[in-house]
Amino acid sequence: MSFLEAIRLALSQIRAHKLKSFFTLLGVTIGVMFLIAVVAVINGMGRYMEEEFAGKLMGVNTFTLRHRPYFEMNTTDEEWRSYARRQRIMRHDVEPVVAALPPDILWAIESRDNIPVSTKDMRPRDVEAFAVDGQFFEIRSLNAATGRLIAPHEFAMGAKVVVIGQDVKKRFFPTTEALGRELRIGGVPYRIIGVMEEQGSVFGLSVDKFVVAPMNSPMARLLNRRFGVIDGIILKSNSMLGMQEGMERVRQVMRGRHKLRPSQPDDFSIETTESALTFWAKIENILVMAGVVLPALGLLVGAIVIMNIMLVAVAQRTREIGIRKSLGARRRDILSQFLVEAATLSTIGAAFGILLGMGLAAIVEQASPMPASVAPWSVVTAVILGAGVGIISGMYPAARAARLDPIVALRQEL
Amino acid sequence: MSTHYDTPVSSTAEREAVIRNAGLAPEEDWVIVTRGIQRDYDMGGEVVHALRGVDLAIRRNEYVAIMGPSGSGKSTLMNLIGCLDTPTAGEYWLNGMLVSDMSDDELARVRNREIGFVFQTFNLLPRATALHNVELPLVYAGIPSQERKRRATAALERVQLGDRAHHRPNELSGGQRQRVAIARALVNEPAILLADEPTGNLDSGTSAEIMRVFESLATEGQTVIMVTHEADIAAHASRIVVLRDGRISSDERRDTFAARVALAQAAH
Repeated sequence: MSFLEAIRLALSQIRAHKLKSFFTLLGVTIGVMFLIAVVAVINGMGRYMEEEFAGKLMGVNTFTLRHRPYFEMNTTDEEWRSYARRQRIMRHDVEPVVAALPPDILWAIESRDNIPVSTKDMRPRDVEAFAVDGQFFEIRSLNAATGRLIAPHEFAMGAKVVVIGQDVKKRFFPTTEALGRELRIGGVPYRIIGVMEEQGSVFGLSVDKFVVAPMNSPMARLLNRRFGVIDGIILKSNSMLGMQEGMERVRQVMRGRHKLRPSQPDDFSIETTESALTFWAKIENILVMAGVVLPALGLLVGAIVIMNIMLVAVAQRTREIGIRKSLGARRRDILSQFLVEAATLSTIGAAFGILLGMGLAAIVEQASPMPASVAPWSVVTAVILGAGVGIISGMYPAARAARLDPIVALRQEL
Repeated sequence: MSTHYDTPVSSTAEREAVIRNAGLAPEEDWVIVTRGIQRDYDMGGEVVHALRGVDLAIRRNEYVAIMGPSGSGKSTLMNLIGCLDTPTAGEYWLNGMLVSDMSDDELARVRNREIGFVFQTFNLLPRATALHNVELPLVYAGIPSQERKRRATAALERVQLGDRAHHRPNELSGGQRQRVAIARALVNEPAILLADEPTGNLDSGTSAEIMRVFESLATEGQTVIMVTHEADIAAHASRIVVLRDGRISSDERRDTFAARVALAQAAH
């Protein structure tokens, strides 16, 4: 019997028992649906990460110098303690670092934390507060929508001025002009001199809920208690090569300043967009592993159901098997008939799963800020898994059918 | 019983001559030759001898009835002749092939090419149309779909069921079902038509109808072997083999005295 013939036969069997077939392939359908959807979400996040997130958070050809890595997961207690013991980056580190770099490199210093701000008539709200100096706005590509940026003399004097993000403007001055108004940070009034252009969101979290003030202003004390400590230095080159060169020079300067012997490891960390992506890759792996459990469970259940149903089918169709054998069906004809039936069943299940998974991904995409894009490989995997589950779970029942003695099988009551 | 047909019957001497040459393939004309076939079953440690050495020779074109009371071994013999089973000892030649030594898959091939089964319970696939049921042996013979349809349709027409091709078994009467089964048995142009109690599930009118089909096939030259315990059904055959306790107790032309006695005995 040809393969095509076997598929035709399988389809007619499935059509003859629509409801039973539907329940049989439900497990596979659900498994594949989750596989497609979960992979689509993870895949979408990954693309997003590469295209937007890294750029928005870090910028191209940009690197940071901090006392501890910013993009890191699963920090052990040990590591944490060692980070805590590290020397902090200090304001007086800035000048030697910058001096060691080629002149076309942009630099900025920043400290940041979530702190409450308020106005005279509004309750305090937590915002991301940045105390900065240098070419912070250029590096971050931040432009004023209204008003202006912080001027060099304001940086130098530590003037009590802030520029605010769109969300802060909307929160505190929903209907009125924000420029020239007062924002209280740690009880100290700051004059708003600029409102930034909208930045959008990352994973649905707004990145417009921020205020920026000069590093020399009193706000810095709220972010780093110890005088002279800063979170880090941001440096931006105009080329990949310039960035790598810059990173090496900064490393040497910092090792010198911290008086590290050649055998000692760095006690500071220099990170690039690459670090952010590596960080993402780690998260992605964990998500994929978590995401695989659900589909795997579905497929396992599906396999058990299919095996069960096929065993029942073999028992119910013993007479048919006997008839077919008496008419000249060989073992392998019967084997392939039941294998193909199981495989067809679960492949149809997988096909439904793919459609539902795509639908689910589309719903996730619409309903949540998470992007989702169906990965072609997951569709291919789903089809292979579908057929595979069928073949594996059909193996035992099919072998039993093929081994039946035609005389015994023919004797079975209908 | 009138015989409006006449099929040739091999003589006892001819048969004995063929059976004697153990180990040698019989001449082409002899479609079935068994030499001392035995079949033992192991029933939980106790060995049951269902066949104790059966010598049977059937020439092409013969119409043979195999009779015997239940337990005589006629079902076992039918399974062996039908290549559904292999003997414990002895030789079985079917159409020049030594079937008794064959593997499962080879037997399946022989069933497909050489044997047309007609069962008491018809054994049609309930969900398949008459045409599809008749096509089945051709499917396993690897015949392409177009050719299958053509040959299956022809076989159905041969049993006067051309207009019922697309009906399912449950839409057909018992006689029609059995005729579909006969069409299925004939579609591969088998060496023998092997019928197991073909009228056992039919009323007498329908039985007569089916027997007429067998008769006409036999006169057309089809070798027919029919297993039955009904004497009046067996009386349609031109030769009657009676089994008793796993051995052949008589093997005669229908019109001999011995055969008539055997028929009469079997009828009681």
